[in-house]
Formats: sequence, C-alpha cells, structure tokens
Amino acid sequence: MSEAQIKSLEEEFEARIARNEKIEPKDWMPEKYRKTHIRQMSQHAHSEIVGMLPEGNWITRAPSLRRKVALLAKVQDEAGHGLYLYSATETLGVSRDELFEQLHTGKAKYSSIFNYPTVTWADMGAIGWLVDGAAIINQVPLCGASYGPYARAMVRVCKEESFHQRQGYELILTLAKGTPEQKEMAQDALNRFWWPALMMFGPRDDDSPNTEQSMKWKLKRKTNDELRQQFIDQTVPQAELIGLTIPDPDLKWNEDKGGYDSGKINWDEFWQVVKGHGPCNKKRMNTRVAAWENGQWVRDAAIAHREKQEQRKMNKTA
Amino acid sequence: MKKEWPLWEVFVRSKNGLEHRHFGSLHAADADMALVNARDVYTRRSEGVSIWVVESKHIKASNPEHNGELFEPAQDKVYRHPTFYDLPDEIKHM
Ligand SMILES: [Fe+2]
Ligand SMILES: [Fe+2]
Repeated sequence: MSEAQIKSLEEEFEARIARNEKIEPKDWMPEKYRKTHIRQMSQHAHSEIVGMLPEGNWITRAPSLRRKVALLAKVQDEAGHGLYLYSATETLGVSRDELFEQLHTGKAKYSSIFNYPTVTWADMGAIGWLVDGAAIINQVPLCGASYGPYARAMVRVCKEESFHQRQGYELILTLAKGTPEQKEMAQDALNRFWWPALMMFGPRDDDSPNTEQSMKWKLKRKTNDELRQQFIDQTVPQAELIGLTIPDPDLKWNEDKGGYDSGKINWDEFWQVVKGHGPCNKKRMNTRVAAWENGQWVRDAAIAHREKQEQRKMNKTA
Repeated sequence: MKKEWPLWEVFVRSKNGLEHRHFGSLHAADADMALVNARDVYTRRSEGVSIWVVESKHIKASNPEHNGELFEPAQDKVYRHPTFYDLPDEIKHM
C-alpha cells in the first residue's frame, strides 16, 4: 500500500470512530490503534488476574461463611474479568501465551494498586470500597470504547463490579460500627489504601501525553484528574457517613468548584511502584509465575487426553 | 510439551424462546472442558439455559473488505419493503 493510500484509509477510519461506529476485529485498522489496544486491554486483563492475589490471601481466614462466599465470588469474578479481556485482546492477533509471557517477564504492566500488601481483614473492605470503586469510575466510560470486543467485555465487567464495591463497603461499615479495635482496623485500612487508590487514575494530566489520542479512540472520556476528582467527591461523604476520616489534612470542600480540594499525591511513590519497587511487586510476580508453571503438567495432561480421545475415535471408525 | 489450548467461541441461550447469542471466547483442551469453562466464565449469574461451544478455527467469517459486493446489492432493492407499494389511504390492516 502506498503512503497516500494508508493516509486516506486512516482518515476514513478516524471518521468512522467520530461517527460512533464500532471497529470489529477483521476491519482494517492503523497499526498504532492495534498496538495501543493490545497494550491497554492486556494491561487491564493482567490487573484483573494479579488483582486476585491480595484478596485471595484472606479467603481462608474470612470471619464468617457469609463473608467467605462473598469474597470467593468476588475473586472468581475478577478471574472472569481477566478471561473476558484476554480473549477480547486476542481478537487483535496476539496469542494468550504471548500475553502471559509479557506479564511474566515484566514487559507488560498491571495496576500498581495490587503491589500493596493486605495485612488485615479490613483491607478486604478497603479494596472493595476504594479499589473497585475507583475501577468502576475508570471502567464505565470504556463501555463506549470504539473497539467492539473491548466495549462488550467492559459492559459485562461493569455489571459485575457493583456487587464488589457494595460488599467491600458493607464489610468496612460493619467494622466501623464495631468495637474500638475493629473501628481502628477500618481506619487503618483506609489510611493505607486512600492514596494508592487515588493513584489508580494515573499521572496528572500534565504528565499524561497520550490523553488526546485516547480520547479520539474512546479509550478515555475524561482526563485522569477529572476522574480522580469524581472519585474524591463521591467517596468523602461515604467515609463521613460511617465515621471514618480520610487521611488528608488538606481535604476541604470548595464551594466555588462544587468539589473537594485535596492534598498533594506522592508521585515519587507512584513512579517507584510502577518501576517495580513497590512493597509487593516481586511477591506478586513470583506467585503468579509459580501458579502458571505449576499448572503446566495439568495443561499438558488435558491436551494429551484430547489427543488420545481423538485417536480412539479414529481407530473405531477406521 | 507446551501446546496452547485451542480457542473456542461460546454461544449462550439466555432463556427458552431466544436464540443462542455469541458471548465471547475461551481456551480449553477439548469440547467438554470448553462447555464447563463456558459455564464458569459466562454464566455465573444465571445468564443462560443452554450453551454451544465451537472451536474458533471452524468458523469461516466474511471479509469486511468485501462488504461492498456482499451487502450493497440489497440497498437498491426497495421493492422488498412494504413501504414501496402505494395503496389508497382508506385501506386499513395491510
Ligand atoms: Fe474486575
Ligand atoms: Fe472488581
């Protein structure tokens, strides 16, 4: 194809998206669109998969059967989200094994929030309430993404997320209404997860060079800072209602903007964790890689079983 | 051995009276496993009463680059639609 031909194809492509048409797997697409989508969608899938680890940590120690079935169901949903997103990513011509390879070698990223430890039971509440809460704000606009398989996967994911957030908030609210020790535990979890949750919306708009392109392709509807503000404004009253304090001394209602002003985020910490130096980066990857490698014999046995069955069928008909 | 499990497409009937609809895809070693996985991945909240799985490699898809030849011929056949026919206003129920 000549350069002029590609240019006109690209223009037509951008126009289709501007008209709110969806792009489907076999449609022509610019290489950059394909690559950007593989990167973002697989990063999203990896986050769902690695995101199971901090919560999986507490399943066997849930304090009641009610909490245990809820947490188990939630973690299972996250596995499902990872699977929806991996298969949507594969429609762009990358294999599942390649995607895993990228995760396991550290070539692909996942959300940094999962590199923080879950040290008490209250962290299960903080994660559902804040982490899934932030994820919902990030994900709802993606239901309108231009790439059809991504948008469809996100519709399914978003439907399931609201239970995640509600079970988390109910959990932390129960602790906040409990004994002084329980309340302290809830406050401590909020203290530790508040700032990392704010970082989930990504770098400040000034440090986020790809925003314009992502807006065009409907990978983003609002900027990082806008989404972060939305999260703060919706979460502060939820904390107040259950008597917990947001760990930000500079937090204060601003009548003029109709939202909260808030303190400075520690961006050094953010970049440290992104670069692999968070409290649990190594642990998460080791656990994940071990799970994959220890499951190899099961995957091999399943394939061997299939081949044997097929052989048996052939022998019968022969 | 390291062979990747093949890809399967999953179709689910949400309730009797409706057709099976494409829900997504997944990897499984064989058809039985694909069914079980489809149940876990796509119907955790009673989304279905029946599941079909088919190995993705068996699906032959039309090429969107040929959409012109394939689908445009239908566009000028307005006589296939009821509104093409002029009838007197007094005629009801037709
Ligand atoms: Fe999720
Ligand atoms: Fe979730």
